[in-house]
Amino acid sequence: MATVAGIVPRPVHPTGVWAWLTTIDHKRIGVLYGVTSFLFFLLGGLEALIMRWQLMRPEQAVVSPEVFSQLFTMHALTMIFLGVMPLSAAFFNLVVPLMIGARDVAFPRLNAFSYWVFLFGALLLQSGWFLGGSPNAGWFAYAPLTESSFNAGDGMNFYALGLGVLGVSSVAAALNFIVTIINMRSPGMTLMRLPVFIWMTLVTSFLLITAFPVITAGLIELYFDREFGMNFFNVAAGADVLLWQHLFWVFGHPEVYILILPAMGIVSEIIPTFSRKPLFGYHVIVLSGIIIGFMGWAVWSHHMFTVGLGPVANSVFTITTMFIAVPTGIKIFNWMGTLWGGSISFKTPMLFALGFIAMFIIGGLSGIMHSISPSDAQQQDTYFIVAHIHYVLFGGSIFAVFAGIYYWFPKASGRLLNERIGQINFWLVFIGMNLTFFPMHFLGMDGMPRRQVTYETNMGWDLWNMVATMGALVLAAGIISFVHNFFWSLRKGEIAGDDPWDGRTLEWSISSPPPEYNFAVIPTVNGRDAFWDIKMAAGEGQAVGEQSDVDPSSIHMPSPSYWPLVAAFGLGMAGYMLMYSYIGAAIGVVITIAGIAGWSMEPATAPSEEH
Amino acid sequence: MIGKHRAKLLPAVLLFLMGVALVVGCTPSHPMSTFDARGPVAQVQLDLFVTLFWIVAVVFVIVEGFLLYTLIRFRRKPGDGIPKQTHGNNKLEIALTIIPSILLLILAVPTISAQFYIADPPEGERLDIQVVAHQWWWQATYPESGVVTANELHVPIGMPVKVELQSNDVLHSFWIPKLAGKMDMVPGKTTHMWFQADHLDGDPQTSERDAYYGQCAEFCGQSHSWMRFKVFVDTAEEFEAWQENQLADSVVPTGQEAKAGATLFVGKGCIACHTISGVPGAVGVRGPDLTHVGGRSTLAAGILAMNESNLKDWLEDPEEVKPGNIMSREAAVYTNAEFALTGDETNKLVAYLQELK
Repeated sequence: MATVAGIVPRPVHPTGVWAWLTTIDHKRIGVLYGVTSFLFFLLGGLEALIMRWQLMRPEQAVVSPEVFSQLFTMHALTMIFLGVMPLSAAFFNLVVPLMIGARDVAFPRLNAFSYWVFLFGALLLQSGWFLGGSPNAGWFAYAPLTESSFNAGDGMNFYALGLGVLGVSSVAAALNFIVTIINMRSPGMTLMRLPVFIWMTLVTSFLLITAFPVITAGLIELYFDREFGMNFFNVAAGADVLLWQHLFWVFGHPEVYILILPAMGIVSEIIPTFSRKPLFGYHVIVLSGIIIGFMGWAVWSHHMFTVGLGPVANSVFTITTMFIAVPTGIKIFNWMGTLWGGSISFKTPMLFALGFIAMFIIGGLSGIMHSISPSDAQQQDTYFIVAHIHYVLFGGSIFAVFAGIYYWFPKASGRLLNERIGQINFWLVFIGMNLTFFPMHFLGMDGMPRRQVTYETNMGWDLWNMVATMGALVLAAGIISFVHNFFWSLRKGEIAGDDPWDGRTLEWSISSPPPEYNFAVIPTVNGRDAFWDIKMAAGEGQAVGEQSDVDPSSIHMPSPSYWPLVAAFGLGMAGYMLMYSYIGAAIGVVITIAGIAGWSMEPATAPSEEH
Repeated sequence: MIGKHRAKLLPAVLLFLMGVALVVGCTPSHPMSTFDARGPVAQVQLDLFVTLFWIVAVVFVIVEGFLLYTLIRFRRKPGDGIPKQTHGNNKLEIALTIIPSILLLILAVPTISAQFYIADPPEGERLDIQVVAHQWWWQATYPESGVVTANELHVPIGMPVKVELQSNDVLHSFWIPKLAGKMDMVPGKTTHMWFQADHLDGDPQTSERDAYYGQCAEFCGQSHSWMRFKVFVDTAEEFEAWQENQLADSVVPTGQEAKAGATLFVGKGCIACHTISGVPGAVGVRGPDLTHVGGRSTLAAGILAMNESNLKDWLEDPEEVKPGNIMSREAAVYTNAEFALTGDETNKLVAYLQELK
């Protein structure tokens, strides 16, 4: 069965925009994820800056309460679902096959599909700004404020449909990476020789496929309440609105581990490389990651300590939450054990990785304070929580993202990011971040609730709000310096070569950027830190590996395809049209099915290729 | 690269600044400060927080300090070879797992004990209050005496108060930081919390006797930031007097303006949403009970001091004062041009409301 009745053949060596639209190469998909999600990260940052401007002084009216509620909702949704998660996906894409000695992921077209669905889901979620109002009930959207009776307008529909579509992207990608990691490791790479980044990707992927169905159920219930007058969260009809909270947080807590485990994986690669020592306590770090993955399911009601579940439930969740600090803490000790006795270089990737450790310690400690349910009754829903969130998500995940970008940008582009600008970038972001979020601990304990559009001057919150806003400006300057570094280095960065960092893992054994097929010869691995072992065994000056002996044209890579884009487009269209026209939605579904059909029936290679 | 010396100094400077900030930041003198525990529930919660804070501070100093020390001692120097490739130390791992676990187990004891303590008031005499949250005001009933009021509570000093919490619409949260941690108000359910106020004065930093500040602490819609309330702590005698006054019918207006205002209150449709006991037909429950509104210290749910000027602002343009509020969307005087208030009419209404002590 040929391609679409032979009308639009499967692309062969496409160029330009068409190449990007039809790519199934994990490296390009990683770049697509990275650039798209970084743009959304900037958007989320802009939303934050507007909020900080509004809160800089008491009793201001820079934005209306309605707009402010959309800002804090979209800031969180953008940062979590369109920022950190796809940035992690960018790294999974770019790095996982390279680290395990594979030529691509298990399902390259599914990989592309995940990206395109992400893009359409992201656009759907953001459409509210232009189409009548964004979601405005906070990122955890507690019922019944989200019901139509309290929330007319389309905003919460964008929420339900946008996140629903994004969920498809995440689950598809997670399945792909699980299969890739289990099945496509190079010979000799047993599970206990996997780089920790791969392990964290694996655990994260399992969390994704198990957690997303839970919120999808909640989103469907919310959507059905709003659109079809069902009563899942309708108190008058006898519903228990806490059902939403349970569904949300059963997803939501594993979700925060989805946000942090990849970051921990990145840091676990960078610390050893820049200390020139293997990761201390590899088994323990891997095991603790797996344990966190399991324990993360047992703590969700710590988000509900003040909801009135009763002292028994609160006590149980206090205990489980306190104990999840143990596997988390052990990672920190092991990273420090890696540093101890090492030869530590403070290049920018390492600065961000060390910053991650320093900031995550603070975020983790405030997390332990939250776990104590009686005193959490004072902290819940205040800026103390906002402080905690941002120490772990910015000081944690985002710092690790920057560390990863500075670390792997040379591999992806062939050029190093400028080191001097990188140092400036780091210090501005580090100082800015602390100036912005540390005072929020004080604001919270001083009684400032979350999600306040304004506050009275006699509350005593003026000073720290001003400081936080100043900090946000410093932070913004740091981010701008990064953007500058990125564009400058693409053109003028120092040529990286294969192995600019004296790396320990397989991606550094091939060229920067790698050829389409990654490895001419799939490497055989004899231990952990596979590349380091190869280098040490080879000794100084000897050529590493026989990559150059193979004729590249003999390596058969899958051809690009446009069907993932078609199927993703159909899904995005269906999502949109559910808001406005059921016929349109049906057409979207038909396009999706057609896309999947074409995808499954297109020939493995374009007929004109000769192999 | 930025000078190595400066780079090393920077984290130390930042940590010092953090310490200074901590000292400055933890001031009990602000109206909603959780550090100014003025009753046993807030005290237990604060004690637990402070205990945890010191543990966390010690851990922080040790761990971050160790990190800094490691970075300085093992920084790469010219001529460094490849360091010893150690892989781990099982004994250390076990110790570093067991020690935190034991610490947490120890912490769990006072934590759970406190959790049960704060859940229900002790046996014995207590005052019961029922608070129903509305978007965006607080309805309060004292079941034993029958007092019905809004947005301001009075409680006697030194007596446990059990507050039953409900919601008329969406999630809200009842929070008086100086007296106790918060408890959410869940539509369709009844939750409860308790507190005891051991001090008459809500703010020892000022010379007058102050009320305690409360605020809604669960996002509940547009006017969430303007949903506040006050708690007054009375002596036993003051509390009796307050209750008696609350139970009495509304004051019959005496002044010319106030009498005209009373008529307007009915004629302009205010009675559709507000109750004023003793005024026939004024049995609305959409908005707060206004029987004794003139005697309250604030209006519009704790956001403005109760005085002539603020009352005028509120009646002239409630949307300006409290964006998103219900009154400006539903009251006839704002939605129907025929009912609109003239400046003169506003003054009369203000005069009337001020007399309702």
